[in-house]
Amino acid sequence: MFEAVAFYLFAFLTIAMFYIVVTTKQALYALTALAAGMIFISAFFFILGADFLGAIQIIVYTGAVMALYAFGMMFFDTTRDVKEKQGNKFIIVGLSTLAAILVVVIFAAPMVSENVVALYPIVEGVGNTQEVGVVLFTKYLIPFELAAVMLLVAMIAGIVLAGKKMDLSLTLMNSEEIEEAKKQKNKKVLS
Amino acid sequence: MEIGLNHYLVLSTILFAIGLVGVMKRKNLLLLFFATEILLNSVNIAFAAISHYYGDLTGQMFAFFVIAIAASEVAVGLGLLIVWFKRHGNIDLDSMTSMRG
Repeated sequence: MFEAVAFYLFAFLTIAMFYIVVTTKQALYALTALAAGMIFISAFFFILGADFLGAIQIIVYTGAVMALYAFGMMFFDTTRDVKEKQGNKFIIVGLSTLAAILVVVIFAAPMVSENVVALYPIVEGVGNTQEVGVVLFTKYLIPFELAAVMLLVAMIAGIVLAGKKMDLSLTLMNSEEIEEAKKQKNKKVLS
Repeated sequence: MEIGLNHYLVLSTILFAIGLVGVMKRKNLLLLFFATEILLNSVNIAFAAISHYYGDLTGQMFAFFVIAIAASEVAVGLGLLIVWFKRHGNIDLDSMTSMRG
């Protein structure tokens, strides 16, 4: 009973939040609604007994990804209304529903043919975090290390891409120097 | 009333459809990234639900890797967006026609 109430409540909240994300014209509303939706999704993970995944969802998505988006939005012009494509709405909704049903078929086909066998069964009486740790560091050790290297590459790429012209510090320059840098065309420090 | 695997799969479908509508509808690249996050999250729900109802931890493992990929995608994508915005002053998809695609 409690599980059903929680499921329907969080399903409604998540769908409402994500609907706001794809329909609103203000980028800031979309950011806030997305952060809320991420936290509501972690509720599903807690209901499903995947405690560690829920904690990771909150930490990584709302802690890291949303903060990164919020910092990134400082660079963009977010107060302006977002323009949208003028397309045929029926085609968009129809294609989306078709593709989504296809995803469910991909998930459901092995279950219907009963090919799913639990390779790493969940043991009763052991915490979710311990089990995740054991499986992650035995069977999935190499993908785990690859993910770590991939995150390092992404971090370096982010620094290199976003850090152009960061050798000029606007806070350490006085106003004459900033005006001079503005005039030089190839140093676009203020744009 | 018992909540089964089908409930979670239907919820995942609805969220995936919302995300796809966002991907097809949006012109602003930042909001396109938001829609991509919705897609990844909806699939994560399906993974966690299957992991629970089949008593198998593999689904949760894949959800972890999806989260790692989403995090690195955001870092690289946002860096590229910042470079593009510094050069051109907007991040609309229609203005990105320099490759005549």
